[in-house]
Amino acid sequence: MPHIRVTVDGVSYDDQVEARRLLVHYLREQLGKVGTPVGCDTTNCGACTVLMDGRSVKSCSVLACQADGHDITTVEGLSSDGDLHPMQRAFHENHALQCGYCTPGMMIAALDLLRDNPDPSDDEIREGLEGNMCRCTGYVNIVRAVRDAAAVLRAQAAAPGSEPRAGVPPQVTPDQEPARQTASGGAAS
Amino acid sequence: MIPAQFDYVRPGDVAEAVRVLADSDEPKVMAGGQSLTPLLRFRLAYPDVVVDLSGLTELRGVTDDGEWLRIGAMTTHDEVMNNPMVAAHCALLSLATRTVADPAVRHRGTIGGSLAHADPAGDLPAVALALDAEFLVSGEDGERTVPASEFFLDYLTTALDVGDVLTAVRFPKMGGWGFHYEKFSQAAQAWAVVGVAAAVRRDDGTVTEARVGLTNMGSTPVRASEVEAACRGVPARLETLREAAQSADAGTDPPNDLSAQADYRRHLARVLTGRALAKAAGI
Repeated sequence: MPHIRVTVDGVSYDDQVEARRLLVHYLREQLGKVGTPVGCDTTNCGACTVLMDGRSVKSCSVLACQADGHDITTVEGLSSDGDLHPMQRAFHENHALQCGYCTPGMMIAALDLLRDNPDPSDDEIREGLEGNMCRCTGYVNIVRAVRDAAAVLRAQAAAPGSEPRAGVPPQVTPDQEPARQTASGGAAS
Repeated sequence: MIPAQFDYVRPGDVAEAVRVLADSDEPKVMAGGQSLTPLLRFRLAYPDVVVDLSGLTELRGVTDDGEWLRIGAMTTHDEVMNNPMVAAHCALLSLATRTVADPAVRHRGTIGGSLAHADPAGDLPAVALALDAEFLVSGEDGERTVPASEFFLDYLTTALDVGDVLTAVRFPKMGGWGFHYEKFSQAAQAWAVVGVAAAVRRDDGTVTEARVGLTNMGSTPVRASEVEAACRGVPARLETLREAAQSADAGTDPPNDLSAQADYRRHLARVLTGRALAKAAGI
């Protein structure tokens, strides 16, 4: 079986994976990161979107062994010390979800959009999220949430001593580095 | 679904990839994996070995090759559509690539993978055909170059043999041309019901040359030769270009499927070709 070294939400893992194992199944079943759901299983819906080296990818369409040497951020890596990420807070405050199934992928895709375009128009938000489907809300509140999150993140970026850019996983300094996980079934927490 | 079992190899160079392919019974090359991974999941493909080209950095990037723009097969859609050289010399490719799927798929999907997969509803084959692109291929017998007119053979079938690796695609630099890609698709899916890739060259008010490639009007991309001939020397006006577009579906064999019936696709081809020509001509 292929051997991979991958960083997920700031934690490094050494694992054996079956060649056929999809990244989304590795995240959910091997690492216990069930925050990333499997949606359509056809590369259409975007529910399983994660960041790979800071860019959005659909984790149902990447093999786990292709994540070898790469840095993955899931929705579970967005909050820090119990504080919601501005994108998460904006989705909460704008009621940008009903069933919530699309929400993890929606927020990750929105962060990828804001990385290129920190101040998108409503049309640009809709276009940036075209690979993510919501079957409940009709997108109006989702667009509002992304707009609000963009404003908060722009203000944060302008403030002195601000946090790093949205979507980029927190920098781990050597003395904070979590223990390297080697067990194939070990969850991050 | 979970794919059937296969072995996985990530070669370090093209020669190794060709060697692995030659040594395997039922290998499949993976570029960005955005078409192949779904096929594996649905068990429509069950290779014994997946040869992942993602380690071949030599196949990534755009280079200026004099008269040509050479694009490495592993260059992602996202890189192609944001590349300033592509925008300057081959804007039709930038425009069509922007319409491929969605941002997350464009981060992984590659130009080479998309062309080698040769899905009739994919956007890039019609562009390659319309612009007379050339395909650079490495195989057991060495390297060869295949013109676009000989590359697309049938549904999901190209001139690539099982043991071949597509290493690059080169497009002629086309200064002084106008371009447009006109695409009709359903809101929930980015696949083209019909797409039209058009390039037009004008001399003041007259069209001197036009090239038109059609997406999803048959099992392969189609060159609308009658339209191209009808455009030559006509005034660059909306009515004349619409008139020339009336033969867009001549010689095509569009599919009947869940997205559209063949007669509707013929109608779309005529209307979209008129729009594409007009926009490419700057009208």
